Amino acid sequence: MKLAELYTHPGDVQAQFWRTDFPILKTRVHGKPLVYLDNAATTQKPLAVIEAESKYYCNYNANVHRGVHSLSQLATEAYEGARVKVQQLLNAASPSEIIFVRGTTEAINLVAQSYGRGRLQAGDEIILSQMEHHSNIVPWQMLCQQTGARLRIIPVDDSGELQLEVFAKLLNEHTRLVAVTHVSNALGTINPVQAIIALAHAHKVPVLLDGAQAVAHLPVDVQQLDCDFYAFSAHKLYGPTGVGVLYGKEALLDAMPPYQGGGDMISSVTFEKTIYNHLPHKFEAGTPHVSGAIGLGAAIEYLNAVGIAPIAAHEHRVLAYGTERLQSVPGLRLIGTAKDKAGVLSFVLEGIHPHDIGTILDQEGIAIRTGHHCAQPLMQRFGIPATARASLGLYNTVEEIDALVTGLHKVQEVFA
Amino acid sequence: MADLRDLYHDVILEHSKRPRNFRALEGANCSAEGFNPLCGDHFTVFLQVGDGKIRDISFQGSGCAISKASASMMTQALKGKSTEEAEAFFQKFHDVVTGKNESDDLGKLAAFAGVSEFPVRVKCATLAWHALRAALQGEQQAVSTE
Repeated sequence: MKLAELYTHPGDVQAQFWRTDFPILKTRVHGKPLVYLDNAATTQKPLAVIEAESKYYCNYNANVHRGVHSLSQLATEAYEGARVKVQQLLNAASPSEIIFVRGTTEAINLVAQSYGRGRLQAGDEIILSQMEHHSNIVPWQMLCQQTGARLRIIPVDDSGELQLEVFAKLLNEHTRLVAVTHVSNALGTINPVQAIIALAHAHKVPVLLDGAQAVAHLPVDVQQLDCDFYAFSAHKLYGPTGVGVLYGKEALLDAMPPYQGGGDMISSVTFEKTIYNHLPHKFEAGTPHVSGAIGLGAAIEYLNAVGIAPIAAHEHRVLAYGTERLQSVPGLRLIGTAKDKAGVLSFVLEGIHPHDIGTILDQEGIAIRTGHHCAQPLMQRFGIPATARASLGLYNTVEEIDALVTGLHKVQEVFA
Repeated sequence: MADLRDLYHDVILEHSKRPRNFRALEGANCSAEGFNPLCGDHFTVFLQVGDGKIRDISFQGSGCAISKASASMMTQALKGKSTEEAEAFFQKFHDVVTGKNESDDLGKLAAFAGVSEFPVRVKCATLAWHALRAALQGEQQAVSTE
């Protein structure tokens, strides 16, 4: 794409402006400017998020939900305010459908244990896809061990798309749940979740979507999707680590038993009987990650100010540019060439292991992820042990793609 | 700043492209697998041990240049050595790649001294060696670097 060399796209001007919101992007690595292309692992944080957490600790740190004193009231307002921001981000019907958890992993474990354990029995089936992250495989395997249920897997085709016609055949009277990723962390494929949900609901089967790789890249409307559960982590959305969200339809969450017992999740406790708190507190035992939730709220405010549509448009252009440039590198094979993709360029280089690519790029200040991306069944599907993965955030530019390509030529020189 | 050539010595690159003793070993009487769950590297080391000596040694599997070259050069260095010598060699090699000690009798394996400048790659350099030790100790379970 020679055009990019001739003029600066307005999207790049915009991205340069966004970059100034992220203090870490001024960092140098091995004397080179940081080129951060590991956003699918975790995103960097804008100053607004860092300051929101800092302000909580500097000005109104207190426990939530139980103090009559002023600071506790301020902390509770901020914590519950963050819940409302999440509700609006996902367009959930009510804030009580938003459960704060540690991250996507805990959200899925919560559903597996609280929804699944009491309902599933031997002979029941859970449908996953071949492209799931380990966090959307292992909790279900554990549930299967506990209940005697079994997993059925939607296969992935050579381009990295789910084979929906196989999915349609997997659905049957034994299916109890479908759990699939919205966007693949290893391939970038955006799955046709609307169609998946419609098919599952036709069999009266609820659907959990793993939204870890989706929320930062595309608008999510849980009511329009009509998904039953949606899980994501704050740290992949420019927010802090250690906090995430489980969305669940109120009727489902209401019918589920608590996941953990403790403080905050009760209405009254005697040694004879405990009455559980109402939603969402029933699922939030113990002191929550107050600063994390507040940081997540700030991240959502930041995203709203920038706009998810401009972010998606910019990332899509950088992804298209990256796809074209990477394919010009001799011996490079893209893994994941679905029509509908978000934010991920996964690839292998002939004769060079991804781990070596990662080390050499790091010397150039370029941060990518190498390995199996916690998706070993998917790697087995493509017959490779690992890939190198460049993953995009709102602050990445076409110049950084150029730096990546230059870096890959250097990798090939070392191994020439 | 560490230089890439300190890590990717010519001899290491050469062994990674043309690994020696890269095959299953017929007549092996012990073997062990080594995994690096971080990156998916996976090797099996095969040994034929008799009278306390490593009579033959080979390996198979997949991994990065560092792990593969290390495995390849390990098989060359240890063939014919006693199991005690192999264990001592492991210790010396480990000390060198972790930067704890220098050593002047590692032979070609001295090329791995540069690994100490790249701490995240120490596991790559020692993966096959951990499998070797597991095989010698007759461990049934695959060893992991984690």
